[in-house]
Amino acid sequence: MQTDSKRFDWLAIVLYLAIALFGWVNIYAACYDEVHAQVFDFSRQHGKQLLWMGIGFLLAIFVLLIEPRIFSQVSYLLYGIVLLLLVVTLFIGSVTNGGKSWIDLGIFKLQPSEFAKFATALAVAKTVSAIDIDYTQWRTRATLALQVLLPAGLIFLQHDTGSALVFAAFLIPFFREGLSHLIFLYGVLAVALFIAALLVNPYLLIGILLVLCLLYLFVWLSKRTSKTYWHTALFFVLCSLFTLSVDFTFEHVLETHQRNRIYVLLGKVEDPQGVGYNVDQAKIAIGSGGVTGKGFLNGTITKADFVPEQETDFIFCTVGEEWGFLGSLALIAMYIGLLVHLITMAERQRSTFSRFYGYSVASILFFHIMVNIGMVLGLVPVIGIPLPFFSYGGSSFLAFTVLLFIFIRQDADRNALI
Amino acid sequence: MSNQYSNRSGIVKIIFLAVGVIFVLRLAVLQIFDSEYKEKAERQSLRNVTQYPARGLMYDRNGNLLVYNEAVYDLMVIPRMVKELDTTAFCRALGITREDFDSRMMKAYIYSPYSASIFMKQISKEEFGRWESQLYKFKGFYISKRTLRIYDRPIAAHVLGYVGEVNEKDLEDNAYYKRGDYIGKSGLELSYEELLRGRKGKRVIQVDVHNREIGHYMHGQLDTMPEEGLNLYTTLDADLQEYAEKLMANKRGCIVAIEPSTGEVLTLLSAPTYDPNLLVGRVRGENFVKLNSDISKPLFNRALQAQYPPGSIFKIAQAMTALHLGAITPNTGFVCDKVLGCHNHPSARNVQDAIKMSCNPYFYYTYRRVIQQGKYKNIYKDSQYGLTVWHDYMLRFGFGQRLDIDLPNVKKGNIPDTAFYNRWYGKERWAFSTIFSNSIGQGEVEVVPLQMANLACIVANRGYYITPHLVRYYGPDSTKIDKYYEKHETGIEKEYFDIAVRGMYDVVHGAGGTAHKANIPDIAVCGKTGTAENYGEDHSVFIAFAPMANPQIAVAVYVENARGGGGTWAAPIASLVIEKYLRGEVKRKDMEKMYMDINPCQKLPLVRKIKKKKK
Repeated sequence: MQTDSKRFDWLAIVLYLAIALFGWVNIYAACYDEVHAQVFDFSRQHGKQLLWMGIGFLLAIFVLLIEPRIFSQVSYLLYGIVLLLLVVTLFIGSVTNGGKSWIDLGIFKLQPSEFAKFATALAVAKTVSAIDIDYTQWRTRATLALQVLLPAGLIFLQHDTGSALVFAAFLIPFFREGLSHLIFLYGVLAVALFIAALLVNPYLLIGILLVLCLLYLFVWLSKRTSKTYWHTALFFVLCSLFTLSVDFTFEHVLETHQRNRIYVLLGKVEDPQGVGYNVDQAKIAIGSGGVTGKGFLNGTITKADFVPEQETDFIFCTVGEEWGFLGSLALIAMYIGLLVHLITMAERQRSTFSRFYGYSVASILFFHIMVNIGMVLGLVPVIGIPLPFFSYGGSSFLAFTVLLFIFIRQDADRNALI
Repeated sequence: MSNQYSNRSGIVKIIFLAVGVIFVLRLAVLQIFDSEYKEKAERQSLRNVTQYPARGLMYDRNGNLLVYNEAVYDLMVIPRMVKELDTTAFCRALGITREDFDSRMMKAYIYSPYSASIFMKQISKEEFGRWESQLYKFKGFYISKRTLRIYDRPIAAHVLGYVGEVNEKDLEDNAYYKRGDYIGKSGLELSYEELLRGRKGKRVIQVDVHNREIGHYMHGQLDTMPEEGLNLYTTLDADLQEYAEKLMANKRGCIVAIEPSTGEVLTLLSAPTYDPNLLVGRVRGENFVKLNSDISKPLFNRALQAQYPPGSIFKIAQAMTALHLGAITPNTGFVCDKVLGCHNHPSARNVQDAIKMSCNPYFYYTYRRVIQQGKYKNIYKDSQYGLTVWHDYMLRFGFGQRLDIDLPNVKKGNIPDTAFYNRWYGKERWAFSTIFSNSIGQGEVEVVPLQMANLACIVANRGYYITPHLVRYYGPDSTKIDKYYEKHETGIEKEYFDIAVRGMYDVVHGAGGTAHKANIPDIAVCGKTGTAENYGEDHSVFIAFAPMANPQIAVAVYVENARGGGGTWAAPIASLVIEKYLRGEVKRKDMEKMYMDINPCQKLPLVRKIKKKKK
């Protein structure tokens, strides 16, 4: 099969390049100081990122030259290697910010969890693309769930909760493949109950639930069978148990900083100097940008180190502050445009493998974007995951690049059945 | 089966778009509709550091430094920036208690959690040096350099005035001032505030989260350099001032000495006075309360604010006016018929004699001719007319108006006019017979000592005065103040003033003169005594100028509650001041010692001693 450059999706590539370059500009601004103003200063983050971007672009070209069927063929192997690396990280990983997710390779610290995303996407895509896949079988469901939860669990054990949560993004490709929409409803319900249980007395909540269930049974339903009784009863009991477990989960499973992040988001505690500090500073930085922003390198909050991790997880602050509402709008438009376009691309795939993989790419990126920008804007609890193609960081940039370009390569050959 | 759910792609796209829209809406709220974050951003990342200019210095007429500055440090705090503070170590370093710390912190917090306010003010260089090295540990605190006034010679407190923190009214009246700024509160510090203060500068510094300065905002485009205050070159003679203050140290009263030809005030003091260093720095408030409540009123500037009846000194102005109006001639004589109480002396045969002997009946008759000129048959109307003319001439002598001296709160005294008496007695209910006391400087007439010194200048100048002032010029270009070069003519002929000069010469030197104690060997001193009647003991008053032919100094001396009239106390003190100025030293040591030591009024308590605390 000939690769034909004309068939590469140039819109996706252009969006990717635009976002990456805009990202670099903002990293440069975030760590700018007069002494280290040179672009090619590899001791500084903007210099290093330039290096990573160069490597990333080469890697992208390399990926585009690979025969697409190879992705499918090596998917389980890659998945296995990544799982191994994740396990190894648990033992020899170096600790950064309380997370043990890095393998120090001397010149470069590798973060296997970043690569776990596309490896898992490939592996699950491989599994669902089997001709004889039967979702009705519990065995299939269990296999798929395990494939996603295994790396997620290992990453969770590294205390990198954010990266572990990213695997929830796989719900979207599964949904596309036929997973019941109820899973989302239950998800939303669970989140709502969780928040409600933190805000009001759980017993009051159970009382409200009981009233609602009774209303459902005797007011809403016109026909009542024993099955509806049982289902409603089961629903009520499960919800009650969940509600009662929230307190325990919250106090004993979550760590202090995670609890505080949730509390801050819910407005139960106000501590602009402590836990809420990051978010508060982020909001100040963004809010002070106004419509047009303060201009390149003129950010005062981000430049003055008020925002922590400003070149990684909080990079969006620099955009908000220096480029204002218009710059932020442009970035969000590019991201959402890319995501929507990826879905369009996925839908035009003839193979389940590439369609599933395409959905996975879009969903993983979406999850990152939603959580990262949402966190900076104070809409989501603080979860430390990078903004794709944008945040400073070698592993994440390379991993996202590979993630995206594997799909672009597959898309170029979409007419071929794998 | 693969495309069974392809319609779900639309749902996924909608979810993506929805999140994008939520973000954009949220951004719009943060960045466009809510200004709260913009303001917060201004406050925390940029620190406006006010740079205080050094206040202008003050020199005396011979180039001696009277007032200069000392660097002190204000410890500033931005309460919200205070983090991880080791309060115990902090309190130990600053030498304050925990309670003190809490109350200061609370005060700063109430003022504003986000902007800087003074935590501790006026820390001396030495004290600051002790914990300077620890400052970096105290996040949210920084140092602002200020200056305080210093006076090497504790003199001329009333002239120089003092500087204090701005109050609510200052803040309201003038947008230049910010809380914690200093402003001239009295004396020259107040009059020349705008010149002395210079202009504050501002540095906009970017501060990082650790409160470290990381450079100038916008490359310093918003910064302004402070402009130093301008120096004042005063007319005071520090040596003379110091000498005069010594003479008055155990007395109450005041001395004003002026160079007649220029109106330059050589010495201006009010006794009791105080050490200007008392009203500087952290001890200012405490000392101010003490001085303010002292019954001898050390803060009260008698030279400008005490309104006394002028007594016999006023007779000179009466004689000049009457001569000018033609009411009398130089050779007019009146019998001393004791129509007003008078001492025993031969009747005055002319104006010069009358001045020398200070004959009360003479001036009674003179004044009657001025007030009742016979223009109207109705004596009430006639008196009204006469008083109006007289009032106009008194104003030409600088009485009854605020002399435009460059010191604040000068009083104008009182020269009654027709409106005054109409109010007092009713229209056409008064005539000469009602108001004759004015003729001898009693009655309703009041003047401030400065006006008396100015009268001495008018006679010394033979008919004009230049508004007394304390600043010769200011600033690097030696800028002069035009109004202090204008002659104010009385419009009265010089030859009449020559008569007054000779009369005043006789007061000191002639037989029957009332102030022989003012005589200085080899110097022709001209003077006039007065006794300002008072509810208690009378005040002793003397004005003089010398030398007669070419007057270098005119002086007015008031000694309160000093028995014996102007000749007994005020005249010898005036002569000592004149000698000191003209000769540079006083040869009459015995007399000097005597008048320095004696307290004419031992009954009344004098200054309570205030211990000078270390700043």
